[in-house]
Amino acid sequence: MSTWEEEKIHDDATYESSLDTIDGSIATLNLGPTHPATHGIFQNVLKVDGEKILGSEQTIGYIHRAFEKLAERRPYNQITTITDRLNYCSSPINNIGWHMTVEKLIGAEIPKRAQYMRVIIMELARISDHLVCNAVIGVDTGALTGFTYLFQQREKIYDLFEEVCGARLTTNMGRIGGFERDFSPAFNEKLEAFLRDFPKVFNEFDTLLSRNRIFMDRTRGAGPISAERALEYSFTGPNLRAAGVDYDVRVMEPYCSYEDFDFVVPVGTTGDTYDRFQVRQEEIRQSIRIIEQALAKMPEGSYKADLPEFYLPPKEEVYNNMEALIYHFKIVMGETPIPAGEVYHCVEGGNGELGFYLISDGGRTPYRLQFRRPCFIYYQAYPEMITGSSISDAVLTLSSMNVIAGELDA
Amino acid sequence: MASKLTNEAVIERIKSQFGSDILSAETPYDFLTIEVQANKQHEIIEWLKKDEILKISFLTNLGGVHYPEQVGREFAVVYHLQSMTNNFRLRLKIYVSKENPEVDTIVDLHTGANWMERETFDFFGITFKGHPNLVRILNEDSMDYFPMRKEYHLEDGTREDKDDRFFGR
Repeated sequence: MSTWEEEKIHDDATYESSLDTIDGSIATLNLGPTHPATHGIFQNVLKVDGEKILGSEQTIGYIHRAFEKLAERRPYNQITTITDRLNYCSSPINNIGWHMTVEKLIGAEIPKRAQYMRVIIMELARISDHLVCNAVIGVDTGALTGFTYLFQQREKIYDLFEEVCGARLTTNMGRIGGFERDFSPAFNEKLEAFLRDFPKVFNEFDTLLSRNRIFMDRTRGAGPISAERALEYSFTGPNLRAAGVDYDVRVMEPYCSYEDFDFVVPVGTTGDTYDRFQVRQEEIRQSIRIIEQALAKMPEGSYKADLPEFYLPPKEEVYNNMEALIYHFKIVMGETPIPAGEVYHCVEGGNGELGFYLISDGGRTPYRLQFRRPCFIYYQAYPEMITGSSISDAVLTLSSMNVIAGELDA
Repeated sequence: MASKLTNEAVIERIKSQFGSDILSAETPYDFLTIEVQANKQHEIIEWLKKDEILKISFLTNLGGVHYPEQVGREFAVVYHLQSMTNNFRLRLKIYVSKENPEVDTIVDLHTGANWMERETFDFFGITFKGHPNLVRILNEDSMDYFPMRKEYHLEDGTREDKDDRFFGR
């Protein structure tokens, strides 16, 4: 008998014995690693008594790509592509957060116009992030219709990103110092169309679910967490706000001129799936408000800061101008001198406080770069949130927490 | 929103409580950074959490740094703490040696530190005394080294096609 056959018999025996425990009351269920309900690759081993979850254990790291190690080898402008792949549902926020971290380190002043442009892009990214999350909550409760409509709108946002930087999902948008180019007339047209059409579609989606009896029955009370526990677990972002804590980095430590805009930070009360859904819904509306204000108040000026040592010069200058050629070479080869120092910069990402802890020793690459990844931090509360609930509620809790595998595993 | 606390007031208050345990205090980029005696950090973080005035009760981030050149203090553990009520941030550092990279866990104070400490263990080999489940988290269990230590180079050191001499490195 070959070892394979022996193993098979052995496996059959374990399978038989696991069948026994179903009647005996406690069974083990694998939710993931590749399960449609996990929306990403991570595993949950659940101990279940019938439908009821008694406890669970998580395994993560399936798509770990060693970003922090990679970053120690890359010049500063090449790290932007890494940040894309953290929370890939809202890449521009990560990109711009990283640019701002470097700008903080080198002490760069960014023109008001570039800041407002960044606000518009970041709020669009937030909308697309929240759209995915809320649409998927709908799907997990069995309502696929809203998803299909919202994903059309997400496509529109990706079209806008494409107008700005040429890419859609992993955008690698902007530079240290601002943007590659000003918003094109095509972008402005498409943004106008988006701001005109999106609220209608979004309100329709809202009427589908928000006060839908079935949806409310399914989501209220599913996967709740109290404000105290959420704080102890270092929750941030919509998940913390759903529990009733009005912490938002955009308000507490405004960056990119967020203090110029009038918007509301929505909070929930119970921290359950329904509250998380509603907080994200309201944040989408507030993001639209911010974009409209930014467009209306868009200042004149440049879309980039005057940072010749960090910002690639225009190509026509590179070919004809000695100085531009030197800067081009130095930036591309990563030979730009960087001050030694230690900064922590955070932005309000789609899922919470996205932080960059950067230690520079003056070398061409960071000495150490740590990403504070909100997903990684709050996902550890998941077992506590689902213990005692049913499996279907656990699926809903997972999708409403918006755990993005890229950000989870770095 | 401006902070209700100033760096000076906070460091004064901490020093009045823990005088000699605070080894240094500085404010790079206006971010209060204190270095404290290793294995005093648990006591200090607990006090910061409970103090009526400071209320630095939120753990933002926790991570390790490897400084192979600093003999006797090769590893730093960096805690980013925050007071949401006062809108104030504090960075707290401790250094441990590579012979004995062991620090006290703060999971009993901040539940969220659980995975952050596991990650730090996973990548730097810093062990956290009293941690409920200190096993690797992102890397594979059978891995026998700690990849974020500086001695592990990202690229194959035997490669000859990339010669850094030409770029003055």
